[in-house]
Amino acid sequence: MKYLVCISKAPDTTTKISFTENNTKFNEAGVQFIVNPYDEWYALVRAIELKEQGGGSVSIITVGGADCDPILRKALAIGADEAIRINAEANDAFFVANEIANYAKENQFDMILTGKETINYNGSQVGGMIAAILDYPYISQATSLEISGNTATLKRDIQGGAEELEVDTPLVLSAAKGMAEQRIPNMRGIMAARTKPLKVVEPTQAEELTSISSYSLPAEKGQVKLIDPENPEELINLLHNEAKVI
Amino acid sequence: MAVLIFADTNQGKVVKSAFEAINYGSKIAANQNTDAVVVTYGNISTEDIAALGKYGASKVLFSSGLDQMYPSQLLKLVTAAGEEVNADTFIFSFDHTGKTIAPMLSAKLKAGLVSGAIDYPSSYAPFTVRKNVFSGKAFADYQINTDKKIISLLPNSVETNADGNNAEVVEFNPDLGENKVGIKEIHTKGGDGDILLTEAELVVSAGRGLKGPENWGMVDELAKELGAATACSRPVADIGWRPHHEHVGQTGIAIRPNLYIAIGISGAIQHLAGVNGSKVIVVINKDPEAPFFKAADYGIVGDAFDVVPKLVDAVKKYKAAS
Ligand SMILES: Cc1cc2nc3c(=O)[nH]c(=O)nc-3n(C[C@H](O)[C@H](O)[C@H](O)COP(=O)(O)OP(=O)(O)OC[C@H]3O[C@@H](n4cnc5c(N)ncnc54)[C@H](O)[C@@H]3O)c2cc1C
Ligand SMILES: Nc1ncnc2c1ncn2[C@@H]1O[C@H](COP(=O)(O)O)[C@@H](O)[C@H]1O
Repeated sequence: MKYLVCISKAPDTTTKISFTENNTKFNEAGVQFIVNPYDEWYALVRAIELKEQGGGSVSIITVGGADCDPILRKALAIGADEAIRINAEANDAFFVANEIANYAKENQFDMILTGKETINYNGSQVGGMIAAILDYPYISQATSLEISGNTATLKRDIQGGAEELEVDTPLVLSAAKGMAEQRIPNMRGIMAARTKPLKVVEPTQAEELTSISSYSLPAEKGQVKLIDPENPEELINLLHNEAKVI
Repeated sequence: MAVLIFADTNQGKVVKSAFEAINYGSKIAANQNTDAVVVTYGNISTEDIAALGKYGASKVLFSSGLDQMYPSQLLKLVTAAGEEVNADTFIFSFDHTGKTIAPMLSAKLKAGLVSGAIDYPSSYAPFTVRKNVFSGKAFADYQINTDKKIISLLPNSVETNADGNNAEVVEFNPDLGENKVGIKEIHTKGGDGDILLTEAELVVSAGRGLKGPENWGMVDELAKELGAATACSRPVADIGWRPHHEHVGQTGIAIRPNLYIAIGISGAIQHLAGVNGSKVIVVINKDPEAPFFKAADYGIVGDAFDVVPKLVDAVKKYKAAS
């Protein structure tokens, strides 16, 4: 089985968010970047586990500049075999999906995995778009994945429950919590990653459908109103009469 | 031109977030002087379908017969409906189904998609819609630069009202093609009376401060008295004190109820990422320095084991009095 895992660069989950250039750009100064948690913990680790069980290869792909190379090396250290970087700014989900789909068309993968969303844009878009472009079935937010022959069995959460699905490869899926456990790269992995191939491919210049015109921060919360622990009636009263939520 | 709204159904009912999407789509249609048309499917009653008009739709295209539809077939249904009414704007809910279909439609039509919109468009030229980014730590105003536009609406982001009239219902059964995905099994979670976390207006949540799963009785009771859903922090789900589908936060689910009550949760930034869209936050924590108080509207500094039972009594009294 040939797996392609889509990896995106994301600011560390504890990052304090601010903007520059008149609130049109994310301020990257001092920000620590990581592999988007859903891409790493769930999609990548599960692909590696399945490869370890059933053979094949795990390629990782990102659309981004040279500043993405450290996170690709990290993903290689966890156990991917090769990395591909499409050398372009990733500003729009359709652009990203199109570039990845174009690469996938030429290189024929059995399974394309994405995270359920990036923690910076929270779009949940790229996977579905890749599937539509390639005309592959798309399973979003899968929480488990098993393979037998070329049939994949997946679980996903649905409104008020869960479903178990069966689908033949090729397919695209997005991975959510439950699919795998985080793996910490070991020294051998880190050493091996240095010599694994990292291919840089020029973009085909797909279109962009959306753009961000400006960013803003939510209004600061006012001071918390503290209530005497001996008087929870007061809380109920405030929730009813002041906040009007009950 | 028309605004086409996809209304998802589940087990014989239209899902709640669909009503919000219809309201939302019909306001956009009114603004643009076009019609709001709903497309839906499944095993639902004719009254329920016509009643979608109350939320602002003038017409409902209804695909009967199939109860479960698969992504590729729903995509065909929405695409065909879009052609039928010459839609230039498509509205989905940003829920499990919307997250699957909307991006596929976007790539197919080359129509720009803003997913997880939290408000009405702030401008129509350029078409600009706000959404949460950085897991709720910031907003971005997205511009859609294509003629056709798709918005998926984050549940519980706009008011819904149901003061319109019944809609005209039209049977709509286009060819949905073959389905490549087989459903082996469907499990429904919890009891019938359980409130879905993602749809809940009130949520009671607890964390590691509760010390062990045996102490959740008071949390469940508070939730029951309030008519709230229950949630938890990640470590609590990871250790297995609570089921995984209750885990909220950066790596769990994001919710935006009207009221979120956090008991014995420290308020780590990754937890806040999943709940900071809540309209009102109440924090109960014995540590006055717990970071959650900074994000809270109301707080009680105290031991959960004292405070929560008292709070349950207070809710009971309030209910008896009202
Ligand atoms: C990449 C990443 C992603 C993450 N994603 C998530 C996520 O999605 N969701 C999430 O929740 N976490 C997430 N975390 C974990 C997060 O950082 C915190 O560790 C976690 O939220 C803490 O859970 P907690 O508040 O229940 O426990 P603790 O931090 O242990 O806090 C317990 C709180 O209970 C209080 N307390 C103790 N006893 C009592 C008592 N008797 N009465 C009242 N209060 C009491 C304490 O004062 C303390 O504030 C993530 C972490 C990382 C690194
Ligand atoms: N620039 C990118 N390069 C490669 N994969 C990406 C990129 N952006 C997003 N993805 C993948 O698509 C998933 C969903 O992203 P999004 O639609 O932005 O929420 C992510 O979890 C990644 O797996």
